Amino acid sequence: MSIKVKFFARLREDAGIGERDVPFQAGMSLPEVWRGAGARCDMPANVLVAINMEYTRGAVMLKDGDEVAFFPPVTGG
Amino acid sequence: MRIEIRQTVFDPYAEIAVHERSARKPGQSGATACFIGTMRDFNDGSAVEAMTLEHYPGMTEKHLADICAQAAGRWSLHDVLVLHRVGDIAPGEAIVVVAVWSAHRNDAQEACRFIIEDLKSRAPFWKQEDIAGGKRWVSNNTSGYAAPGRKAGS
Repeated sequence: MSIKVKFFARLREDAGIGERDVPFQAGMSLPEVWRGAGARCDMPANVLVAINMEYTRGAVMLKDGDEVAFFPPVTGG
Repeated sequence: MRIEIRQTVFDPYAEIAVHERSARKPGQSGATACFIGTMRDFNDGSAVEAMTLEHYPGMTEKHLADICAQAAGRWSLHDVLVLHRVGDIAPGEAIVVVAVWSAHRNDAQEACRFIIEDLKSRAPFWKQEDIAGGKRWVSNNTSGYAAPGRKAGS
């Protein structure tokens, strides 16, 4: 029973984590996932979040086995 | 439709020509609209010596496929090519190509702009620049759309 948590770019460096499995708990919030992963920094206000590779905003309903990604504003192209 | 993320240097003009010859029927498309993004050697007042582009494998391809499908739903398109570089990049090398084929110019031009603007504001890529004294993450992309009478970012 776990979720896979990924961090990218500057957040990966600031958090000190690339990828980590976090124990799943029913009803867990994104800040709880962030803390559960053991990130070294606070969750920034401008963080972008994707669940199973789809952007998400606001309240979430996570399931066992989900992939949660935290990343900063994107700068491709 | 072809979406590709590539680690190695490419010639954007050759890629468009090869795609056109291999995937397009001659005489079918009256319009081709292209956007090519190239790495600059300056940004934010600093000389940039090189750049590393990181992405989110899996989500990047999924997101680009979704946005191309949205464009195909909004405009009448024959084909779309999106090719984006990742890894270590030198100034003057192409970062991205978006090419759109349609019967008439409005569909190709509008869809090309829609795809590149979404790519720049939503697709999960991140640039880290090598400048004198170290590396820095690019914090955000400028908006490509300008209000009437105002100058857009690049």
